[in-house]
Amino acid sequence: MHRILVTLGSLVATLFLASTAHAQGAIKIGLIMPYSGQFADTATQMDNAIKLYVKQKGDSVAGRKIEFIRKDTGGIAPDVAKRLAQELVVRDNVDILAGFVLTPNAMAAGDVSTEAKKFMVVMNAATAIVTTKSPYMVRTSVTIPQLNETFGAWAYRSGARKVYTMVSDYGPGHDAEGGFQRGFKEAGGDIIGSVRYPVANPDFSAFVQRAKDVNPDGIFVFVPGGVQPAALGKTLAERGIDPRKTRVMGQGELTDDNALKSMGDAGLGIITVFHYDYNHNSAMNREFVKAYNEAYGGRNPDLFSIGGWDGMHLIYEALKKTGGKTDAESLIAAAKGMRWESPRGPISIDPETRDIVQTVYIRRVEKVGGALRNVEFDKVENVKDPVKARMKK
Amino acid sequence: MIGPLFGVLFDGFAYGMLLFLLSVGLSVTLGMMNFVNLAHCSFAMLGGYVTVTLMNRLGWPFLATLPAAFVAAAAVSVVLERLLYRRLYRASDLDQCLLTIGIVFVSIAVAAYIFGTVQQPMQLPAYLQGSIVVMGVNFAVYRLFLVGTALAITVILVAALEYTRFGAQVRAAVDNQRMARGLGINVEGAFAVTFALGSGLAGLGGALAIPMVGLDPSFAFAYLIYVLIVVSVGGLASIGGSFAAAALLGISDMAGKYYVPQLGAFLIYLVMVGLLMWRPAGLFGKR
Repeated sequence: MHRILVTLGSLVATLFLASTAHAQGAIKIGLIMPYSGQFADTATQMDNAIKLYVKQKGDSVAGRKIEFIRKDTGGIAPDVAKRLAQELVVRDNVDILAGFVLTPNAMAAGDVSTEAKKFMVVMNAATAIVTTKSPYMVRTSVTIPQLNETFGAWAYRSGARKVYTMVSDYGPGHDAEGGFQRGFKEAGGDIIGSVRYPVANPDFSAFVQRAKDVNPDGIFVFVPGGVQPAALGKTLAERGIDPRKTRVMGQGELTDDNALKSMGDAGLGIITVFHYDYNHNSAMNREFVKAYNEAYGGRNPDLFSIGGWDGMHLIYEALKKTGGKTDAESLIAAAKGMRWESPRGPISIDPETRDIVQTVYIRRVEKVGGALRNVEFDKVENVKDPVKARMKK
Repeated sequence: MIGPLFGVLFDGFAYGMLLFLLSVGLSVTLGMMNFVNLAHCSFAMLGGYVTVTLMNRLGWPFLATLPAAFVAAAAVSVVLERLLYRRLYRASDLDQCLLTIGIVFVSIAVAAYIFGTVQQPMQLPAYLQGSIVVMGVNFAVYRLFLVGTALAITVILVAALEYTRFGAQVRAAVDNQRMARGLGINVEGAFAVTFALGSGLAGLGGALAIPMVGLDPSFAFAYLIYVLIVVSVGGLASIGGSFAAAALLGISDMAGKYYVPQLGAFLIYLVMVGLLMWRPAGLFGKR
């Protein structure tokens, strides 16, 4: 009898120890990103911001250490992303899935989030419907319609009446085209023509010539970031389209720093819509950019960085709220309705759609102190994703 | 109506010349030496990085960086040729593919390691920017420059390979190695020089391409397909063939995108399939 009691006692003690040890154990975050391949740079920027956040705010939250497990999808590969998410959940026992630059990968991993009940933070993937894939998913980046529908309406307000649209022939391009055209037409404008070019398009002159032929008072363009924005900008200049006379409008990637460096003065006057630029004028942003510059050899943060940064902020704050509990139900409840001041301005998580609500900025390329900059000159506050707002109705 | 037509023809031709400059080196290595060098665009990428680095870090003028790009790519290729390529001259096509595709992956990783994954900014000098308008048609200055360079290179190459002693030796070495050796031709040397020439041309082509198409580590793969199309449509071992094929593909691509944008990028493949069905050995191919 005595022996049994001792055994039972030690068993209970062991169990108790084990459970406290579990509570004290590290919180594991699985990051799924395209660390290699065509989109490697986007992952670099996002990961940089994540590392910087952890460096600044410490690597433990609510008394528990934060650990990262990084997985490479190598590019657009939904099957790989899904497998990696499964491995992370089953083998590595991660508590949170995060990262996700590309929409197809985020959608695929969303299934795993739903089935395994894991909190998932999408730090980029900007197609509207991504967040509908899992009830445990939040997004801290942006949606393409959020930017472009707002932009279409703005274009009409700014005086454009006849606009030609040209976009890359893939998901985000279609989203941007649809968003802009909808916003612009609902405001009363006329789309006088549109064209879709291949995603990997080395030479834009034929398409620009088509746009020029119909003599629009505005051209809306969308291309993926990377090498194409500069190529398109140069072609517009070559064909004699002056952004200061014919509005050239696009999403922020079109005039990011690297693109502007290659475009040179051809970029002057291009109007873009975006949710974040490192030139955004606020004390918090200046501090963020300074720290980022120092940590990464003078490189400026971009949209991927800000998505990663705010994603980490959301994870940290949600964990603080739950007191370190990592089950998906508690975390998603904590995330819903959360609002905070980000380097990009005030943002919040829509409690209904779990998607981001933020200020949309309209910027123009101008010369500031001898260098080309995106200068914010107008903004629309508290913009929700319009696609999901319609889906509810 | 005539204005846009000329515009499209010119742009297409200039785009074709861009393809030609990128691929002419391959028609030397693949065409003359029969080596399936899929790493061709890695040498082009190297040339691109040399140009960008010299311009942005050391402040060289653009034109001065072009010979440097040629020399750098040629020099690196000689090292690789001595170390790796040489061993596979008589191997099967598949072995050559495996080796060179491996080199492509390595080159992408090395470029990403040294220069980062970011796209490299590069700004043309003012005299190569903008466009001139003749009778309502826009001629971009840089495109004119590309056309001029491509024509010059064609003339020089054809002259060098067809009418010089060295060219004759190379052609002899390729056509019948044993016979050439028997005649006292230094086959090894001829191959090394030819390979360096082809790679140097790739480097030059890369340097000339980046002002239009940009540069990041994925460059080594992104243009491989176009380059292979040009060489196969043109016919192996034919500089003139590559020139004609590049011009034809460039113009049809541009015209297709202008007049039937729904077909978009597909037309270039359609043209390739059509041409190869009509002439399986390529436009000017002999074998």
